[in-house]
Amino acid sequence: MATECLTDKKVLMKGNYAIANAAVLAGCQCYFGYPITPQSEIGEFMSGKMQELGRAYVSAESELAAINMTIGAASTGVKAMSSSSSCAVALMQEALSYAASDQLPVVLVSVMRGGPGLGNIYPSQGDYFQATKGGGNGDYKLIVLAPSTVQECVDLTYKAFYLAHKYKNPTVLLADGLLGQMMEPVTFKPYPYEEIDNSSWALTGAKARDGRIIRSYAPLADDQCVYLEQLFNKYRQIEENETEWEERDTADADVVLVSFGSTSRNVNTAAKILRQKGVKVGTLRPITLFPFPSKRLQELSKTVKKFVVVEVNMGQMVNDVRLAVNGRVPVELVHKPVGTPPAPDVIVKKVEELI
Amino acid sequence: MMLTQVFKIPDSFRKDARYTFCPGCDHGVAVRLVGEVLDELGLRENAIAACSIGCSVTIYDFLNVDALEAPHGRALAEATGIKRARPDKFVFTYQGDGDFASIGLAESMHAALRGENLSAICINNTTYGMTGGQLGPTTILGQVTTTSPMGRNTEYYGYPIKIAEHIALCDGTAFSARVSLDTVANIRKAKQAIKKAFEVQMKGLGFGFVEILSTCPTNWRMSPQKAHERVQNEMMPVFKPGVYKDVLGE
Repeated sequence: MATECLTDKKVLMKGNYAIANAAVLAGCQCYFGYPITPQSEIGEFMSGKMQELGRAYVSAESELAAINMTIGAASTGVKAMSSSSSCAVALMQEALSYAASDQLPVVLVSVMRGGPGLGNIYPSQGDYFQATKGGGNGDYKLIVLAPSTVQECVDLTYKAFYLAHKYKNPTVLLADGLLGQMMEPVTFKPYPYEEIDNSSWALTGAKARDGRIIRSYAPLADDQCVYLEQLFNKYRQIEENETEWEERDTADADVVLVSFGSTSRNVNTAAKILRQKGVKVGTLRPITLFPFPSKRLQELSKTVKKFVVVEVNMGQMVNDVRLAVNGRVPVELVHKPVGTPPAPDVIVKKVEELI
Repeated sequence: MMLTQVFKIPDSFRKDARYTFCPGCDHGVAVRLVGEVLDELGLRENAIAACSIGCSVTIYDFLNVDALEAPHGRALAEATGIKRARPDKFVFTYQGDGDFASIGLAESMHAALRGENLSAICINNTTYGMTGGQLGPTTILGQVTTTSPMGRNTEYYGYPIKIAEHIALCDGTAFSARVSLDTVANIRKAKQAIKKAFEVQMKGLGFGFVEILSTCPTNWRMSPQKAHERVQNEMMPVFKPGVYKDVLGE
């Protein structure tokens, strides 16, 4: 079992433990979870650590309960989280719609595995749609952060708590079974973000004031119209301020490889090999999946001849790239349905076939 | 001449509270009792409510306390989250029977089994009220609803759940009782039970629960008076009022 460490020294740690450890360091006061592979280490770590620190931990009776407990805790303004995986995150969609509508700072770690249905416990990126488009009802957005290394699991866990509270919006750290289970050297710096003051809205008991109601119920259509416009103004603000991506060698690129998460590791290697072979290739890795770097892709489409999207699913993010590029240049897909990312030489071969 | 105030709206009510229940519905009495108990125990400024789905959701329009609206059935999960985050707060739910004992049965039972320091009020009116009177988990055998047009039979629908007895069986439960609002004397008993369910939380003894037998005159297609007669003649023989668990042993 990993232990909490606040040190600049590098330690070797599994992704799931690194996420849990980072959540503790971020000041997460409440964890609620239900076991599911390949993220169970998060709950195991939290069960001991949170009790040791006198913070809240509940082994919930289901993922439904876990995410709703998280909503309850978040409604009081504290940092609260749950973690789960694919088919169990599916169970949480109703609550995520409520959390978005209630504007609550819920943090969810989603460690993707194979699907649909029970699928399997191999790594996958098949929940890109689930995270970015949502399975809950109505118009809403979750902030979605996609790490590609164990170090980034740590950094983006910190960021997930910060953004969730800054924008009062449910935020998903979208990892996968590979990141969750692999060990890498990682450094834990102290939580780098300012603490957000929640006192203007949190439920803390109506001392010397009227009771606050956190609700999504808007029985009158006109009220709902006004509310949704406000909500989407917030989403536009998030797009304006928080869109983050990593870009390499795009200045002279004819071809840009677009990928996210653990897949980007092999894509970067493939890009190097292609450069050595004389192909003018660059890479773009969205770090925020919502907000999605559509504007940047649109700009690049003026100079790039072709985009190739690489992902471990049947082709999900490719749709958002196509929307951004809007038919200006071809957007091709290289995919693997499930499992570890395609090897660099496989990517190289497929890209060569496509150009 | 000395004037004695014999009636007042509970201090814990919102000043702009507007009565939104149907005429003759017992929700009005039940919410008022909750308000009176909050007043008497001095809890308004320290209370947080997790509200359910159905007619019961509108309590946040009455009670002037901090309130969070939960998805259908999830009130006790959200209440658990609130209480674990803020153990010094008084946290309660006010739910219908469908919310508490059908879609939310897992959350309800597990909150009781964990012995969460929470108080839960469940309105049992043997039907889904807000959606127009469908068969619910407490619909009694023979009862006609919009989804049991020939009456509840066991072949198609199985049996109604006796909630207070089930909650009493959970080791984490500190208090579980069933009360009714059909007479003034029973309304007084109901208030005492609500007070008990609140006090066990304040003392940190575990889960406090009250099931309240209530009327739904609109969906039962009855006058308020006839509806109370139905509570006495049809509901109370099946759902027997009483205290099923009381760790204070009073």
